[in-house]
Amino acid sequence: MDAEFVAQFVLNALSLGSLYALMALGMAIVFGVLRLVNLAYGELIMVAGYTLFVLNDSPLPWLFVAGAAVLAASLASMLTERVAFRPVRTNSLNAMLITSFAVSTLLQNAALLLVSPRTRAVNVPGLLTQSLEIAGLRVSVANLMTIGVSLGLLFGLNLLLRRTTLGIALRAAADDFPMTRMLGVRADRVIAAAFAISGVLAGVVGLFWIARVGSVVPTIGAGPLLIALIATVIGGMGGLAGAIAGGYVLGALTVGMQLLLPPGLIDYRDAFTFGIVILVLLIRPQGLIPGRQSARVG
Amino acid sequence: MLTVTGLEARYGAILALRDISLTVEEGELVALVGPNGAGKSTTLAVIAGLHRPSRGSVLFEGKSLAGRAPEDVARLGVSMVPENRGVFPTLTVAENLRLGAYLRRDGEVARDLERLQERFRVLAERATQAAGTLSGGEQQQLAIARALISRPRLLMLDEPSLGLAPTLVDRVFELVAELHREGVTILLVEQNVRRTLEVADRAYLLQTGRVEASGRPAELRELVDIESVYLGGAQRPAAQAGGPAVGSP
Repeated sequence: MDAEFVAQFVLNALSLGSLYALMALGMAIVFGVLRLVNLAYGELIMVAGYTLFVLNDSPLPWLFVAGAAVLAASLASMLTERVAFRPVRTNSLNAMLITSFAVSTLLQNAALLLVSPRTRAVNVPGLLTQSLEIAGLRVSVANLMTIGVSLGLLFGLNLLLRRTTLGIALRAAADDFPMTRMLGVRADRVIAAAFAISGVLAGVVGLFWIARVGSVVPTIGAGPLLIALIATVIGGMGGLAGAIAGGYVLGALTVGMQLLLPPGLIDYRDAFTFGIVILVLLIRPQGLIPGRQSARVG
Repeated sequence: MLTVTGLEARYGAILALRDISLTVEEGELVALVGPNGAGKSTTLAVIAGLHRPSRGSVLFEGKSLAGRAPEDVARLGVSMVPENRGVFPTLTVAENLRLGAYLRRDGEVARDLERLQERFRVLAERATQAAGTLSGGEQQQLAIARALISRPRLLMLDEPSLGLAPTLVDRVFELVAELHREGVTILLVEQNVRRTLEVADRAYLLQTGRVEASGRPAELRELVDIESVYLGGAQRPAAQAGGPAVGSP
């Protein structure tokens, strides 16, 4: 194995892992405060995708369009919380889970009706399809940007969660929600904040995900949802650090399979990847960094 | 200040509170004592807004608390230290205290924090440590300090001595007595009846969701064989259930 091969692997694994880590984090932050596995999470990526599609021909610079897509995903996330999850929050966890499934189906069908069931091309800025040559290594700009933006976002989120009162309240709510409320923190506010952050993460993931594919379909969220679910489970449900770790592990695993499997087996890459995931969970059913069990909001 | 009347509360089919009435006046240290399952903790949970009563009323400074969300009860100045202490284990000690001051909007939080850290030295020493790594006694100090920094109008303590070593139990009761002398209004739930009656102004003896007897500690000792009640003895107290609350102001 030569150095170039290793460098390529590390770069691809970091890039895909960053994307997976953001996906998992967006899922985990809502799970932390609500104990809800939000099955409508993938549709936030879809919302970002269709926002890009609608703004395909706009004269705005791409950065604004991208910002609009992220904003749309975040607003959609907060809207689903306000309209769908808040009314059933005090019911059983199952009620919330099924609600999230309904929201997912509803949003997909809305896209089906309002746009089209067929694949729609989305303009991707030329920069993201180019590659650079660094020290004799061909590196795609999209990969570098994915890594850079993800690390920036993780750093910013870490600051928010550690330095601001709202962030500390969010972490406290994941530890013990009723106690957080007894200190005067409004449940609605914390939950809305969690959904807003979850939406921003989904939006950013959406940008890079769609830049990779170059198009959007109503079912585009299914893949990312599955990845986010698996990554959070590997990482250990409930903890944010676990979700990030799970994302990077799953990313590295996927890229590793892509590179190492013989050509005849490449089509079965996901089967091998998930086989290893199952093995990991057999050995560590609690995940890599287990989260805490805590009371839910009542 | 706090008036609870005819409280009834259920957990599913189980009737946890049948008929609880009690009062707490400003500056008083009032205790709820009684065996396990008597409804002491449930009473606090209802006052704190964690549990909705099926009947009865809770008035705090003239405002009804029943059915109010916990965050709204906190905003009226009611502070609770739950039985499990409720410290946030993954947050640092300093972050726990910072959230305790969540509702404070005045500029004296830093000064209050300094004073509390003088009182609870360990909280200053371990400020950057995760609260989950503290010992039980240290966690109890953190929980009480976190409640105090909100400058509560009413402080509710649920079994503060539970699970602590004997010397720490002494320390907790000393602390409660100290806070009382400083003028903090306290509603204390305890299983340690003997120690509790030493510090309380008045106490209510709860059994199977009812107030069996109430009064000043001396009166209560005369009315009821406290130790046998505490040990879960089945004998009925001398005073009939629902009798007049002796000595309540």
